[in-house]
Amino acid sequence: MATTLTPVADDSAFSEFLAKETSKGLLRFTTAGSVDDGKSTLIGRLLYDSRSVYDDQLESVTKASAGRNAGAIDFSLLTDGLRAEREQGITIDVAYRYFATPKRKFIIADTPGHEQYTRNMVTGASTAELAIVLVDARKGVLTQSRRHAYIAGLLGIERLVVAVNKMDLVGYDQATFQQIETDFLRILESFPQIQAYFVPVSALAGDNIVTRSANMPWFTGESLLEHLETVQVGTRAQDAPFRFPVQRVVRPNLDFRGYAGTVVSGRVSVGDRITILPSGRQTTIARIVTFDGDIESAETGAAVTLTLAEEIDLSRGDMIVTAEHLAEKAHSLETTLVWLNEKAAQVGKRYRFKQASRMDWATLKQVQYRLNINTLEHEQEQTLEMNAIGNVVVETARATAFDAYQTNRATGSFILIDPATNATVAAGMILQAAASETSHRLTEVTCSLEDGVLRIANEQGFDVKIGAEGMKVTDPEALDALRHFLERLRIQPFDADKTDWEI
Amino acid sequence: MSVRTHLQQLEAESIHIMREVAAECQRPVLLYSIGKDSSVLLRLAQKAFHPGPIPFPLLHIDTTYKFKEMIDFRDKYTAEIGAKLIVHTNRAAISEGANPFAWGTQRCCGGLKTAALLEGLRQGGYDAAIGGARRDEERSRAKERVFSFRDTRGQWDPRNQRPELWNIFNTRIHPGESLRVFPLSNWTEIDVWQYIYAENIPIVPLYFAKLRPMLVRGESLMPIEQPFVPRLPGEEPQMVMCRMRSLGCSPCTGAIYSDADTLPKIIEELVGMRRSERQNRVIDHDQDGSMEIKKQEGYF
Repeated sequence: MATTLTPVADDSAFSEFLAKETSKGLLRFTTAGSVDDGKSTLIGRLLYDSRSVYDDQLESVTKASAGRNAGAIDFSLLTDGLRAEREQGITIDVAYRYFATPKRKFIIADTPGHEQYTRNMVTGASTAELAIVLVDARKGVLTQSRRHAYIAGLLGIERLVVAVNKMDLVGYDQATFQQIETDFLRILESFPQIQAYFVPVSALAGDNIVTRSANMPWFTGESLLEHLETVQVGTRAQDAPFRFPVQRVVRPNLDFRGYAGTVVSGRVSVGDRITILPSGRQTTIARIVTFDGDIESAETGAAVTLTLAEEIDLSRGDMIVTAEHLAEKAHSLETTLVWLNEKAAQVGKRYRFKQASRMDWATLKQVQYRLNINTLEHEQEQTLEMNAIGNVVVETARATAFDAYQTNRATGSFILIDPATNATVAAGMILQAAASETSHRLTEVTCSLEDGVLRIANEQGFDVKIGAEGMKVTDPEALDALRHFLERLRIQPFDADKTDWEI
Repeated sequence: MSVRTHLQQLEAESIHIMREVAAECQRPVLLYSIGKDSSVLLRLAQKAFHPGPIPFPLLHIDTTYKFKEMIDFRDKYTAEIGAKLIVHTNRAAISEGANPFAWGTQRCCGGLKTAALLEGLRQGGYDAAIGGARRDEERSRAKERVFSFRDTRGQWDPRNQRPELWNIFNTRIHPGESLRVFPLSNWTEIDVWQYIYAENIPIVPLYFAKLRPMLVRGESLMPIEQPFVPRLPGEEPQMVMCRMRSLGCSPCTGAIYSDADTLPKIIEELVGMRRSERQNRVIDHDQDGSMEIKKQEGYF
């Protein structure tokens, strides 16, 4: 874009440094620990030692520290956000922190480790590629360590760092560290998909945080930061089959029809044979369009616009996948739900169901079991309270195209929204199609003629009106009613799961 | 398989967020503040909707005390990229004589920014306002959601925010409620500058160092564009080599000493800088946690 407004870049020696700076990688990690494990101190230390804390912020926490029982700088205050919790000295929500080294930029999802805050840990872990679990060297492996490992595994985290903290308080004792490593490895036997790295640290004293500690010459591994800078992540999505949930149909003029979205796994190239789900239609990729010009192929994480070789009717919520490896398709799904809301899960109730870019309705059919997060035992329960985790059969109104969450985070995850309050009430991970899968679910449909307008309604009261001016459908629910009605008449007028009817 | 850079990942995430807003919200608007973050937002919006136009208007809340160079830039740049610009001002407050010296900073901001914003959003019937705020700007923003829920009075309740998992955003609201959406949540100040550099994005010239007339008061450099800025006895403006680190209203935005007149020099300066970017904004220093209080009242 030629413009007089564009600043002119110079070519100082600093430009070389900049070229490197603008091409570093990104690691998203989460931290879990109990209230006194020193997690806030650890994060404060990482921010401070990487010079991500400014002097004025430091001054303001040094001032604040004077009123609490803390040393010269209370690192934990750097990460405490809201006033109310600063006063209580406890963090109650997920906070995001940022720091960077010459090798990587880091996004930390800092989650409180208190027992009742499973939902925060789950939220933080959902976007993380790696989790740091803190263990107090004086206390050893506790029940919550198992909980942290379980949640990391449940949310599909591939890498775990076990930071054995407060080593200064156990005289930097090697045997203590080794015992904790042994105990923790025993827990991890149940989670074979997790790779773990153990590091003995003192967040307060800075041992093995940025540089290797002279106090623990027996430890020959990388410091915590060295490990974070080099550990390989993100390969699972890159190696998975191509998936592209359609976010928007882009149609600026009659000559262009494209589909905007993000490549959530695998890669796509011009000419690739693709299938559209749930309709099952096939075609090939014609163009991959971006603001910076067309590209030949797009990899995992790229936000692009695809055009297809043939005009196929598809809309937001559909998924474009490689024809060589389709996603699964089902109405009835076996899922793991984490309940996030004070109002407990209700079997039989309908919730809004959002998976990737698709909004649908889902009914909770059956709670198969609730998981005891401390013993990992299955408990018989009819409901899930806030912070409970359980396996639940969920039935969606339209067919859901998905992959199992453990093979594809982006296409195997969903949230449930309470239709009355609009609160996000659950996080869901799809395990597989439920055994009781049925292809047709008929709900009660009523049909009436009012002033020349044919009105079709289902039990939820959503309706479809067909009159002289055409058909008006404003909600997927209404479309369901119409579909069920027509199914009863044994008419198959609908093209797959099309939803955006406007006639 | 090449690993995508942090800027590519941040860009893709922001594009995803903008597209979700355009797809699911009824009447979105982009809050355009003319600053560097707004410039980045606009570029991301262009990328998100290419080859189509940006499918929502830009709303600028004009306090009438913005730097003249900002307004010139705003009009020229938005016209150049073909964006639809709406400007809203709290005229009633202006005619009552609102300015930071007559009213005090808190009350002036409350009238010309917070009230004007809520009024502008209400008049347009907007249900989602996209803004350029970042979580790294201030401690109270660290827990802010990407889709931040506001009640029917436009207010923010830290206890009534929805958990956000993966990149699945809940955009459902009842009539009268609204969302503030922050596509740059995960960007830091340095990411923004690196992106401006990498993408060659136009920004207001005030960010670049130049000799400018300033009132020099200790460490503070006060711009004198507005005639009502009071002077101490015998005080005269001096020509100072300086630039703005963040942009706002001229009476309340301090300049910093700097000779950084190119993007690489700005980034180089930033890397060595030990003061956070809000430090130079007078508005944040009324009391500890003041941003949190402003937000609860409806300030962006």
